[in-house]
Amino acid sequence: MSNVTLKVNGKTHTVDVDPSTPLLYVLRNDLDLHGPRFGCGLGQCGACTVIINGAAVRSCMVATSAVKGEITTLEGLSKDGKLHPVQQAWIDEQVPQCGFCQNGQILTAKTLLDRYPNPTDAQIRQGMAGVLCRCMTYYRVQAAIKRAAHAMVPTASASSKGGVA
Amino acid sequence: MNPFTNVPRQVEERLEHADWTTSRRDFLKTSGLLVVSFSAVAVASPFGSASETAARQGAGPYPDPDFKQLDSWIVIHQDNTATFYVGKTDLGQGTGTAFRQVMSDELDIAFDKTSVIMGNTDITVDQGGSGGSDALQVDGWPMRRVAAEARRVLLEMASVHFAVPVDRLTVRDAVISVTTDPDKKATYGELIGGRRFNVTLTGENINATTGRATVKTVQELRIVGQSPQRYDIPGKVDGSSRWAVDVKLPNMVHARNVKPPVAGATLIAVDESSVRDLPGFVKVVSKGNYVAVVSEREEQAIAAARQLKVNWKKPAAGVFPTSEGLFKYIRAATPTSSSKPSSSGDPDATLSTAAKLVEAEYEMPFQGHVAIGPAHALADPSNDQMTIYSNDMKSYGLRAGIAEFLQMPRDRVRVLWMDGPQGYGRTAADDAGFEAAFLAREVGRPVRVQWMREEETAWDTKGPAFTFKMRGALDSQGNLVALDYEARAADHGHLGYNEPDTVLVAQLTGKRRATPAAGSAATPSDMYVVPNRRAATHVVAMPLVWESPLRTGNLRDPNGPQVTFAAESFIDELAAAAKADPVEFRLRLLTANTADDNAFRRARSIAVVKAAAKASEWDTRPSPNPVDSGNIVTGRGFAYAFRNQTVIAQVAEVEVNRRTGRIWVKRLVCAHDCGLVINPEALRRTVEGAMLHGLSRALYEEVTFDTEKVTSVNWRSYPILTHADAPARIDVVLVNGDPTPDRPDLPHYGAGEAACKPMIAAVANAIYDATGVRIRRVPFRAERVLAALKTAAIA
Repeated sequence: MSNVTLKVNGKTHTVDVDPSTPLLYVLRNDLDLHGPRFGCGLGQCGACTVIINGAAVRSCMVATSAVKGEITTLEGLSKDGKLHPVQQAWIDEQVPQCGFCQNGQILTAKTLLDRYPNPTDAQIRQGMAGVLCRCMTYYRVQAAIKRAAHAMVPTASASSKGGVA
Repeated sequence: MNPFTNVPRQVEERLEHADWTTSRRDFLKTSGLLVVSFSAVAVASPFGSASETAARQGAGPYPDPDFKQLDSWIVIHQDNTATFYVGKTDLGQGTGTAFRQVMSDELDIAFDKTSVIMGNTDITVDQGGSGGSDALQVDGWPMRRVAAEARRVLLEMASVHFAVPVDRLTVRDAVISVTTDPDKKATYGELIGGRRFNVTLTGENINATTGRATVKTVQELRIVGQSPQRYDIPGKVDGSSRWAVDVKLPNMVHARNVKPPVAGATLIAVDESSVRDLPGFVKVVSKGNYVAVVSEREEQAIAAARQLKVNWKKPAAGVFPTSEGLFKYIRAATPTSSSKPSSSGDPDATLSTAAKLVEAEYEMPFQGHVAIGPAHALADPSNDQMTIYSNDMKSYGLRAGIAEFLQMPRDRVRVLWMDGPQGYGRTAADDAGFEAAFLAREVGRPVRVQWMREEETAWDTKGPAFTFKMRGALDSQGNLVALDYEARAADHGHLGYNEPDTVLVAQLTGKRRATPAAGSAATPSDMYVVPNRRAATHVVAMPLVWESPLRTGNLRDPNGPQVTFAAESFIDELAAAAKADPVEFRLRLLTANTADDNAFRRARSIAVVKAAAKASEWDTRPSPNPVDSGNIVTGRGFAYAFRNQTVIAQVAEVEVNRRTGRIWVKRLVCAHDCGLVINPEALRRTVEGAMLHGLSRALYEEVTFDTEKVTSVNWRSYPILTHADAPARIDVVLVNGDPTPDRPDLPHYGAGEAACKPMIAAVANAIYDATGVRIRRVPFRAERVLAALKTAAIA
C-alpha cells in the first residue's frame, strides 16, 4: 500500500492503496464514485469508462498509479448543477433500459462529440462499437447522440429517430 | 390510539438522509410511535459513505406485509403526495412508472405527486417480483383496485367532513370539493395525511386483493395512455442512482468464487497457505466443491481467488459432446421425457397424400443471459438476521429460498431489491444472492460477492438448445392442410427460481434435490387454422445434470424465440413452396374458420399482421426476390407470434453481403398489440430493446463448449450485437385489434418479452428472400451465412 494522489471531477484525493490497483476499484470503493461499473475487467465492454485528459479510458485496465491526468467520471459531467447536453439528450430520448452500461455509453458519446461535433452515422457506429449494452439500447443511444450534437451545435443534423417522449 | 404507519413525508425524508443506524422501524419506535407491521426501511437506499455509519439492520423480525390492509399499499402524506408500495421489480422497462400511472389514475392524483417503492420483502406485499411479462397483465389489477378503494375511502371521509353525500362531491388531482360549492374543498393530505387508512381489504390471494370500489372504465382514465418520462432515468444518467452493486456497509468484506476448472471436477484440497499472506486476506471458505476467497478489499479478493491453489480431481474423460456435436447428440439421445402429442385431424394420412410435402429441420444452440454486470449480492448477517441487497428480479423467492437454505425463520430474512444489470429471467443473480448469504454466515461479517466475467459468461444459466423437425402438406391449390411439429430440447434439470436445492452453491455444497426437474420443450404459439395438425415435444438430458455450466433456466420469453424461429421459418418455407406471398399465406391461415374459441385471438392476430405489413410498405410477392448481381443483396422477412394475450408481427429488412456473409438488418418494423397501453413511449423502447435482443440472438449468440468446459467466456468468445449492427430505422406500431376496441374494460396484457419471440424467424426469412438460401441453424454469423451462400453458389 502507498499513497496515490488523484484529481477527480475537480477535487484532489489521496488514497492509500496498492499502486497497481485498477483505477475502477479506487473510484468505486475509496472515492464512492459509482458511475463507472465493473462489467468485464477485460476492457471489452466499456461499463467502467472514465474520461482522462479528454479520452474515454477503461478504468478496469488502468493501474491507479499510472493515471497522470485529471479524471472525469459520470458524476463530474454536469457543470454547475446543469446536465451536460449528452445527459440531457439521454433523458429526452429516454435511452436507458436497465441502465447499467449507460455510464460507458454517455462518456464515450461525450468524447465522440468532442472529436466530431456533427458525427456521421458511420462515425457514431464506429466510435461507439466497443461499448456494449445487454438491453440493446443502441438505436436510442444513436438517436440521443444526434440529438446532443444538435443541442451543442445547432447546425448539426438533428434527425432523431422514431418518436420522442 | 391510531398507530402511525402513514409516515409523514418529513419523517421519510429524514430517514432517507439519515444515518443508517436507524431504520424506519426503529425511528418509529424511538419517536414513541407504535410499531406496526408496516415499515419502510428501504425507502432510502441503504448505502453510502462510511460516514453514514450505515446499515446496522433493524431489530426485526420482518413479517410479511399484510396485503389485506390498504395501508400496506398506499401512504398519503400530509403534503398531499402519495407513495405506492408494490411487490414487483422493474428491470428497466418502465414498469415502476406504469404502476404509478395506473395507481395515480385510480386514486385521482397527479402522476408527479406520487412515488413508488418496489420489491423489498419487508415493506411491500409479495407480488412475486418480476417474471412472465405479467406485471400489468396480472399484478396491475390489485394495484388499480386498492388505489380505487383509497379514493372511495377518501370520498367517504370528505362526505362526513362536509356533511354532503358522496355523489355531490367532485374529486380531481387529490382535492375533493363540494360540487355545488367548490370553495368547500379538502386535499387528500388534509383528510388523511400522516395517518392510517385502517381499511381491511378482501381477496383470497394477493392477485385477488380488492376493496369495495370498482376500477375506472378505460374512458375515464387520464394518466394511462400518456407517456410521462421514466422517473428512474435521470439518476441512471447523472450517476446518482444507487444500485445493488453499489451498497457499502461498515465492516463489509469482498468475496470471489473459485469455480471447478472443468465440469464434474471434485475438490481434493485447498491450500490456504497459497494466499494467507496476501494483503487483506480474511478467509477461504470451502465446502464440498464450493470454494470462495474473502478479503478486505475487492481487488484483494480478486487477486487471492486467482492465486489460490486448489487441487481438483478431473473426471477421467470429458463429459460433453462439444458444441459442434451438440445437435447430433440431441437427435440421438433417448428422451428423459416426452409430452403427449397434441393432435387434430389426421396429419399422417394428409402428409402421405399431399400434393406437395415440405420437410425441414432447424437447430438452436444454448444461449446465455450473460448480464452486462456479473452476478452480485451483498448479505448482512447482523442481529442473527440476514439482509440481502440484490437486483434479483424475484426478491420474494430469493428471501424464501435463502431462509430455507440457511434454515432460518423466514421473518429473520429480508431482501432489499435494488436496480441492477438485467438478464431477464432466471439469471445468476439468484446464485449470487445465496452465495452472499452463505458466506456472510460463514464469515460473520457483511459479505459482498461478485462473479467475474468469465464466470458469468460460462456459468450463468442457459436458454435450452433445441432441434426441430417439421413437415407440412400443401394441397393442389397451395393451401396448408397438415402441419407436423416435433421439438427436442436439451432442458432436463431446468432450474427454477431461487430453489434452495438447485442454486449453484447448493449443488456444489451437496445440498441438492434427489430428482432433477423434468424440463420442457414448447410448442408454437400462433393462431393458424390447420385442419390436420400435430405437435410433439421431447426433453433430453446433457450428460452432466448437476454442477454443470450448461444448466438451463428461463431466458427472456423462455423457449419462445427458439420455437418461433422454427415454426415461423417453416411457415415461410411453406409459403415459398406454395409460391405465395408470406403475409398473404399467413392471413389465409388466420382467416379460415374463425368461429371457434380462438376467434378473439385470431381477430387480433389479423389486425396485427396487417398493421405490420402496412407499416413496412410490404411488397406483396412470393419469396425469394431474384438475386441481382451486386455484392449487397436485400430482402425482407415476416414473422408473427402470439404470447399469452399479446400479439406481435415483425418485418426485418436485411442487407446480405455476398462477399463476406455479413448480415445487416437495416430496418425493423413491429406491430404490437398488448391491449390497453399504459405508457406508449416506454412501451416503444421496451419493444425496440426486445427486438434487438432477439436480433443479437439471431446473428451472434451461441454458447460454445468442448468436452469438459464452456469455452465462450467473455465478450470476444460470446459476441453480441453492437452499435455497428443497430438498424437505421425501427418502427413500432401499437395496435388495438380488439374486436370491440372501445370496450370499457379493455385489459392491459404483457409487453416485456413478447417482441423477442418472432425476431429470429423474421431475419431468417429476410435472408432467404434476399438470397434464396435458407439458414436453419442459429446464429447467422457471417462465416455460416457465407458458407451457405457458397454451397448454393450465390457467393
